[in-house]
Amino acid sequence: MKIHEYQAKQLFLKYGVPIPKGYPAFTLDEAEAAAKRLVDETKSEVVVVKAQIHAGGRGKGGGVKVAKGGVKEARELSQKILGMQLVTHQTGPEGQKVRRLYIEQGLAMERELYLGAVVDRDTRRIAFMASTEGGMEIEKVAAETPEKILTVFVDPIVGLSAYQSRQLAFGLGLEKHGKETVGKFAKLMAAFYELFVKEDCSLCEINPLVVLKNGDVVALDGKINFDDNAEFRHKEWETLRDVEEEDPIELEAKHAGLNYVSLDGNVGCLVNGAGLAMATMDIIKHFGKDRGVAPANFLDVGGGANQEQVTKAFKMILRSPKVKAIFVNIFGGIMKCDVIASGVVAAARELGLNVPLVVRLEGTNVDLGRKILSESGLKIEAATTMADGAKKVVAAVAEASR
Amino acid sequence: MSILVGKQTKVLVQGITGGAGSFHAKQMMEYGTNVVAGVTPTRGGEKFEGKVPVFDTVARGVKETGADTSCIFVPPPGAADAILEAIDAGCSLVICITEGIPVMDMIKVRKVLETTPGVRLVGPNCPGVITPGACKIGIMPGHIHKAGHIGVVSRSGTLTYEAVGQLTALGIGQSTCVGIGGDPVSGMDFVDVLTLFQADPDTHGVIMIGEIGGGAEERAAKFIKEKMNKPVAAFIAGTTAPEGKRMGHAGAIIAGGKGTAAEKIAALEAAGARVAPTPSDMAATLQAMMKK
Repeated sequence: MKIHEYQAKQLFLKYGVPIPKGYPAFTLDEAEAAAKRLVDETKSEVVVVKAQIHAGGRGKGGGVKVAKGGVKEARELSQKILGMQLVTHQTGPEGQKVRRLYIEQGLAMERELYLGAVVDRDTRRIAFMASTEGGMEIEKVAAETPEKILTVFVDPIVGLSAYQSRQLAFGLGLEKHGKETVGKFAKLMAAFYELFVKEDCSLCEINPLVVLKNGDVVALDGKINFDDNAEFRHKEWETLRDVEEEDPIELEAKHAGLNYVSLDGNVGCLVNGAGLAMATMDIIKHFGKDRGVAPANFLDVGGGANQEQVTKAFKMILRSPKVKAIFVNIFGGIMKCDVIASGVVAAARELGLNVPLVVRLEGTNVDLGRKILSESGLKIEAATTMADGAKKVVAAVAEASR
Repeated sequence: MSILVGKQTKVLVQGITGGAGSFHAKQMMEYGTNVVAGVTPTRGGEKFEGKVPVFDTVARGVKETGADTSCIFVPPPGAADAILEAIDAGCSLVICITEGIPVMDMIKVRKVLETTPGVRLVGPNCPGVITPGACKIGIMPGHIHKAGHIGVVSRSGTLTYEAVGQLTALGIGQSTCVGIGGDPVSGMDFVDVLTLFQADPDTHGVIMIGEIGGGAEERAAKFIKEKMNKPVAAFIAGTTAPEGKRMGHAGAIIAGGKGTAAEKIAALEAAGARVAPTPSDMAATLQAMMKK
């Protein structure tokens, strides 16, 4: 789960990671009020207007602007940004509509650094990465100048040790800004680590982390992703969720206990199990790539789905206008084939089936499942294997678009 | 012979009175698995299915029955604790089926595993382990398997069934099938399981099923190249998966351009494994290698 920069910064504040003063704004008037408050509080006319969307690269896309002329200019800039369709390298070409702003004090910075924390899968530990290349994408730095990334791994039982923070601080050359800066960085690290663990983060980034002229270390940006698995112990996440940033179909699927990811293609897929669902996408693309056929979605109904969930899943696929054919691929283990078949038939009857449907059933109660399908009176093409099904669905789409 | 589990394995089921736990414990017993104990705190003293004693703690269950392997069906909030309890009670093999354990919990479990020699964890978020005809621990459909000489190791449940179904349809049996699970931080990885398959005289070839995310397949490729002389056929799911999206499994995500299927396929092919062109060809790909 992703949250906005301003929400991440509220968590920074809670744990003691220093941030600039700032206020979120959902309307133009709120933005103006926030700017006025900042100018009053900081005695400075420099105010930064920042678009709040879940994607990165906002600055380059024109979603972050500095107003040097105080409240009036801040309002003008807010007017431009609020409601704009912000396109960054992470949003896709259609961009993301800006519905929220963060109005922040401008700071005179000396240096920009990078600080991030992730769960490192190879060492199975939390890894902190720091780099002198602040403001740049860390993936780019890792690819081009990996020697500029400093990494420490934290023992989960011991926790973050002070020496590890010092290692990063001296590696970044922070002592050049005064020895207090090293201490301030170590304090920030301790807070950052505590936040990461207690809030069940999967990724936490400060890019840039800036050193000010007075030697202070401040998080100028903030990005936090939560580990979805830990949602059961974080009821407060629901209040942080911005549903407008999420794909409505993916959100609906989540509430129904299904895993769904929208894709660009034209074959709707209904599969049990994440690996098989991915493999189904792959095999459709394998046979369909030269004929303009590709998967329209990833959909895993899970191992223990009931008939209602299958019906719901099938309806979600049917509703999508881009779907030209549907491939149901089931290897029933715990999931029984007759349950899947009943769900598919119920949904098709209710909504009407106006695209070709190819079904491949295998596993527990397969004969019963096939019987339900064949007796339904629906036009269903049966497939014997995954490859057979994929070929049939590709042919159906190619036929329909001729 | 086989790896990890066999006729001699004495299984204790944690969460045996819950919905999933009771259903699958029964299935395991019907398959012939030697389920000797169950654990559900506060339900100690009961008998599961009229014969398997239920205990309040794993320690007591192990002491009374000599169980050596635990199979965990405890829901996510208590699952990491259940793994630690099984390790502490002296189980040498812990198989955790539970999906949805927070990664922060698993990081701690991993640390404890590293400091406890002789204990193996399979999973979490996995279908379990089966040695066909001898012992089934987990949630896989037993009837699709056939005893034989091919090892299967996989990060995905249903894709494992797909591979097994293909093997059985070709008349090729399996020595042991191990689902290592789809989480980013878990127990045994490909290399751990391949090490056992390589050493097992009864395993003549291996199907390995990976997916996007992480670097476990690349490490496996290195191991196959340097340490294995048995044929390995592979499949990597997620060639068409978009970057930055979690594809069902918590661990199946391409992050920062890393963990793509293309990288993994290239590494495995360079190591001498043969990667099936489609998921429908997993068994056929191995069969072609075995004939040589």
